[in-house]
Amino acid sequence: MGVGVLALQGAFAEHEAVLDRLGAEWFEIRSSEDLKKDMDGIILPGGESTVQGKLLRDFGMLDELKAKINGGLPVLATCAGMILLAERIEDDDTVHLGTMPVTVKRNAYGRQLGSFNARGTFGDLEDVEMEFIRAPYFTNIGDDVQVLSIIDGNIVAARYGNQVATAFHPELTADTRVHQYFLDILGRIAAKRCSKSVFQTISLFSYRKLIKY
Amino acid sequence: MTQERYGLNKELAQMLKGGVIMDVTTPEQAAIAEDAGACAVMALERIPADIRSAGGVSRMSDPKMIKGIQDAVSIPVMAKVRIGHFVEAQILEAIEIDYIDESEVLSPADDVYHIDKTQFKVPFVCGARNLGEALRRIAEGASMIRTKGEPGTGDVVQAVSHMRSMNSDIARLKAIRDDEVYEFAKSLAVPVDLAQYVHDNGRLPVVNFAAGGVATPADAALMMQLGAEGVFVGSGIFRSGNPSKRAEAIVKAVTNYNNPRILAEVSEDLGEAMVGINKDEIDKLNNIRMAERGQRWA
Repeated sequence: MGVGVLALQGAFAEHEAVLDRLGAEWFEIRSSEDLKKDMDGIILPGGESTVQGKLLRDFGMLDELKAKINGGLPVLATCAGMILLAERIEDDDTVHLGTMPVTVKRNAYGRQLGSFNARGTFGDLEDVEMEFIRAPYFTNIGDDVQVLSIIDGNIVAARYGNQVATAFHPELTADTRVHQYFLDILGRIAAKRCSKSVFQTISLFSYRKLIKY
Repeated sequence: MTQERYGLNKELAQMLKGGVIMDVTTPEQAAIAEDAGACAVMALERIPADIRSAGGVSRMSDPKMIKGIQDAVSIPVMAKVRIGHFVEAQILEAIEIDYIDESEVLSPADDVYHIDKTQFKVPFVCGARNLGEALRRIAEGASMIRTKGEPGTGDVVQAVSHMRSMNSDIARLKAIRDDEVYEFAKSLAVPVDLAQYVHDNGRLPVVNFAAGGVATPADAALMMQLGAEGVFVGSGIFRSGNPSKRAEAIVKAVTNYNNPRILAEVSEDLGEAMVGINKDEIDKLNNIRMAERGQRWA
């Protein structure tokens, strides 16, 4: 199957390059037909959330993607992607996918002169290089949301179920650990699915055997 | 500009990829552009078509007008300065512009030198007609490149020829032997480390957009299929019959530039495109070829 990469606008090619480095299969999602394909997970890249949100609506993809994510499809969302996932955007009535119970602030560090690099922890990973480009941050998170990174007192990465969102851009650095973290989630889900189907095959096999005798 | 700042500036351009940057002259136009799906807007007093017809000296826009546009939208705001006019650039940096376009569309302020863009924290985009120009601008500190096209004409022919020229130069540089890179760099009059980057990676070290004369969704998709990573649309939108609809259509065309079915859908019923003038007529009319600005000195 592979990882779907939302390729409507923004830095999707950079995510694809990281997936290549990690040896993961991927394909681009540009239309509602692409969205119908089976996928292990989806990446929502950085870019402009206003553009991506509009194109999701105009191409009739928003509801389907929302349903998939609510149905458990794992997501790695960076920067604009994180804004697409948020249930609330500060000073803005717009909600795009709204699948993650969080509030985010767009352009939270101001204009391009406010863009910066930092190093920090991401979950159990230490010293992760983080690029913040006109980045948002979380201003509020729901009870079941796990904080993964805090920089200068602001939450900049979080996880809710299978949804992982970062305000920074792991796809712009040589460090592939954040993507590996996401692929590990996919791996665990695939393993569960696999063991379940092995279990079903075995039970089916025993059932047949029972009939035989 | 530190290496770190330069990296962040190149990365902002990466976030604009696959998007459309639209020329706007008022906060109202900026809001229309944002709603239509622009990934950034270029604030300027007059669109290139009007600059061309008005003649005279054209300069950086009124900072107050630019601030009005900054307040009107949440997407990045760019603005133009004259080639070589580093004080106009200082002024735009002071109002925290997101990107400066050192542009041939305005009257050049310096007929020898471009701005030393390494002295600034804000990012610069510059026009280039071929690989040599692109790498010289990058050496001066540009963190994004666009074709020069022939702005204000609605004629895409020059943007096409610049993109093709860039691509073929890059392909040649990529194909030569390692020990030939130095000589190649010398012939283009560019720093050898930048030539080496292109040789190793088969692409410019920064994002490369198409600009100049893009007027229809098909024009935009043509530039994308030729290898542009995004598109600037100037006069093409607000000079047309239905700016909002045309803007939306061009945005969708850039996303699905390889899908003729979607291109056909979005090209329907857009109303009047800008009439445009072609470059041969310009020669006859007034002899201003904007793309050649910076040519003797570039």
